[in-house]
Amino acid sequence: MTNEATVLNSHHSDQLEADQLKADQLKTARQARYSPGQSAHKFSLYLYPLLALALLLLVNVLMDPQFFSLQWQDGRLYGPLIDIVNRSAPVALLAIGMSLVIATGGIDLSVGAVMAICGAVCANLLLLGDWSIPAVIGLAVLTGVGCGLLNGVMVSYLGIQPIVATLVLMVAGRGVAQLLNQGQIVTFQNPDFAALGSGSFLGLPVPVWLVLLALLIMQLLLRRTALGLFIEAVGCNAKASRYLGIDDRGIKLAVYILAGGCAALAGIIATADIQGSDANNAGLWLELDAILAVVIGGAALTGGRFSLPRAVIGVLIIQALSTTIVVSGLPAKFNLLIKALVILLVLMLQSELFRNQLKALLSFGKARGGKA
Amino acid sequence: MSEQIHNTARPVLQLRQINKNFPGVKALQQAELRLYAGEVHALLGENGAGKSTLVKVMTGVLQKDSGEMLLDGTAQSFATPKDAQHAGISTVYQEVNLLPNLSVAHNLFLGSEPKRFGLIDKKAMAHQARQLLSSFGLDINVTAPLSDYSVAVQQLVAIARGIAPKRGAACTKVLVLDEPTASLDADEVHTLFQVLRQLKQQGVAIVFITHFLDQVYQISDRITVMRNGCFVGEYQTAHLNKAELIAAMLGKELSQQRHHTACLAVEQSEAILSARQLSSGQSVQQLDLELPQGQAVGLAGLLGSGRTEICRLLFGLDQADGGSLSFAGKEVKLSTPAQAIALGIALCPEDRKTEGMIAPLSIRENISLALQAKQGWWRLISKKKQQQLADFYIEKLQIATPDSDKAIGQLSGGNQQKVILARWLAVEPKLLLLDEPTRGIDIGAHAEILQLIRQLCQQGMSLLVTSSELEELTAFASKIVVMRDRRKVAELAGGDLNPDRIMAAIAGASV
Repeated sequence: MTNEATVLNSHHSDQLEADQLKADQLKTARQARYSPGQSAHKFSLYLYPLLALALLLLVNVLMDPQFFSLQWQDGRLYGPLIDIVNRSAPVALLAIGMSLVIATGGIDLSVGAVMAICGAVCANLLLLGDWSIPAVIGLAVLTGVGCGLLNGVMVSYLGIQPIVATLVLMVAGRGVAQLLNQGQIVTFQNPDFAALGSGSFLGLPVPVWLVLLALLIMQLLLRRTALGLFIEAVGCNAKASRYLGIDDRGIKLAVYILAGGCAALAGIIATADIQGSDANNAGLWLELDAILAVVIGGAALTGGRFSLPRAVIGVLIIQALSTTIVVSGLPAKFNLLIKALVILLVLMLQSELFRNQLKALLSFGKARGGKA
Repeated sequence: MSEQIHNTARPVLQLRQINKNFPGVKALQQAELRLYAGEVHALLGENGAGKSTLVKVMTGVLQKDSGEMLLDGTAQSFATPKDAQHAGISTVYQEVNLLPNLSVAHNLFLGSEPKRFGLIDKKAMAHQARQLLSSFGLDINVTAPLSDYSVAVQQLVAIARGIAPKRGAACTKVLVLDEPTASLDADEVHTLFQVLRQLKQQGVAIVFITHFLDQVYQISDRITVMRNGCFVGEYQTAHLNKAELIAAMLGKELSQQRHHTACLAVEQSEAILSARQLSSGQSVQQLDLELPQGQAVGLAGLLGSGRTEICRLLFGLDQADGGSLSFAGKEVKLSTPAQAIALGIALCPEDRKTEGMIAPLSIRENISLALQAKQGWWRLISKKKQQQLADFYIEKLQIATPDSDKAIGQLSGGNQQKVILARWLAVEPKLLLLDEPTRGIDIGAHAEILQLIRQLCQQGMSLLVTSSELEELTAFASKIVVMRDRRKVAELAGGDLNPDRIMAAIAGASV
């Protein structure tokens, strides 16, 4: 008996043998069915976000020929590109969590506020002085996970709409952070902790490493188990998922918890970077950037397929855009408007409807030109 | 078949040879409907027969692919529901489509309020509203919000709105009522029927969709029966008895006597599942059921008789609140599908679209998901194994697809159903519940699925199969359980396994 038949038999003992399926039959079937279709499809999903990013970088290098230059200084790389990647770190972490929440058809508006809470937890513990750094980090992450648990319970067990449920913590979270900080901006002196935000490791900023680490761990967790598939199944059709034995509520709970954990990491980086916790401004509006990045990465807000790398590319696009506006020398007051316009363009390019209309328009122009 | 009583008169609305296709489904094939002024015309058929599609075509919600629609003898087609309304065709849907927070009068005239100096003339509107409703024998405060009133009153208001004169529109010629009595009690139904009789006298043609057959006999003059998107026949209510009507709906000629001897190796085998006095709220009442090992049991009954509810109950989707259930010799209590699956029970649900397939995911993923869920999320079935599973079942069940990466949503109905079947075969259940496994699929796939059911029986799997097609049930079932009004009314086996006996049991005639 051939290899593939053995594998099958481990699943289907008698039933299959009764059918006497020939191994070579299987083989031809498989050869016919391993089509290149899927990889081509995947490629096109990456195409538009990568194209947009490349275009932005191109504009930058035209304005500033030094844009791609990197300098090695004090065992660390410096340059505009490194700057973009480094500044992207907090939103990238948020976007990783947000991808999962959005994949289930939900949304998490509270992650910016959770950053503030976790930042406040770090700052206050460090001020107390008798906590080791791993313990501080651990407690901050636990706090984030707790916030995610709260969101998840509201959404999946109390049946509150995600946008409303997480709005509660979005508003209340800043209040909690302000209470922790007793209305002050809490600053601390701790070079070791500060290194998490501004230090470097093997030439790259520590936040970049943290994002890569989180991305790697999450990819392993989601794609080396069936968790990612279950998240997508629940996002596509929660009812059918329950009917085939997936615990759809548990899955929803899990994604909010993961999003909370990611937000905690982002909060730690932001706090370490400024060596202080500002309850009013830490992570302010970043949840919106994270949602935008996920959408730019090609995910649908209605739930379904997700891709963490594409969401991170989305973050890089947003950050590169901000940098471009600064480099261009335009007055800062134009920033938000231009950002909005460019993002609108990216989203329109991703819309199949718009692309078809554009194509129709172009071919119409050609046809008319031909006649004239 | 159809009696030509109105030979001389011209139908107010006639639909001829209407075809409508959805991807993978022929929703309407050569559908027919003739409506005469001043009649109540019942449009009947099981779920998926095409009633609502036909109504949607008639009212401009959907566009027909081909066919002809004649309104007062002239060809018409409506691009939007508004066009249909303007031409005098009004629809009242099953769920009341009104605004509960607005007043009754506002609801009646929404969008065509009487105006004075460009503003809504509330006095005139209230006056007209009272007039309109009093013609229905309804004397209520029209300025109170609609939500103050019972569902029945709301339903009447919806009908009144349907026939209320609108600016620039023809007066109502055709009124379509989709399940108007579903949420009404007996008195309320009585009031509604009085209104319908009144409208009838005013010359309105009323299309009455329902699955309460008693009401059909109370109110309707003529009946059109549909099945599987096709026109079955047009009858005069007075000349068609209930058994004949059911026969038409379920697709059986009474004269046809064909005996099947499919799985009739009915040696006494152990029961894999047995229920004693099992109840669940209003949906299943005191059910005694034995499912023998390695046999297919059929579950027959009209829509709403409790067939689907039994499947839900046995799969842990609904919870029992009385009686006992034992599976494979052990007393069990099911509260989630996951528990049922762990025991070895699987369900192919009735509504493939919302309960079965996960449309954007690939065939491969859809097939392996149930097995994956059973194994737990931490033990991933590798892509290679998923591929092998998918390839195996694509081959075995003859699923027509270029490759297993195609999204299941893009397949035809029959192939979608095969993928869902494959999903459950992959977990090797001991008991497979199939709720309407052949609904809305083409003839070829239909035959293949019946073949598969027999094959699975032979391999020792136990099945419980729900179907509206009695012929189909007799083709494989070793016994057939007949449901009516949430209760088991008969259990047929051996020589009783023929469509006539089943139909008699469904209709409640003495067997």
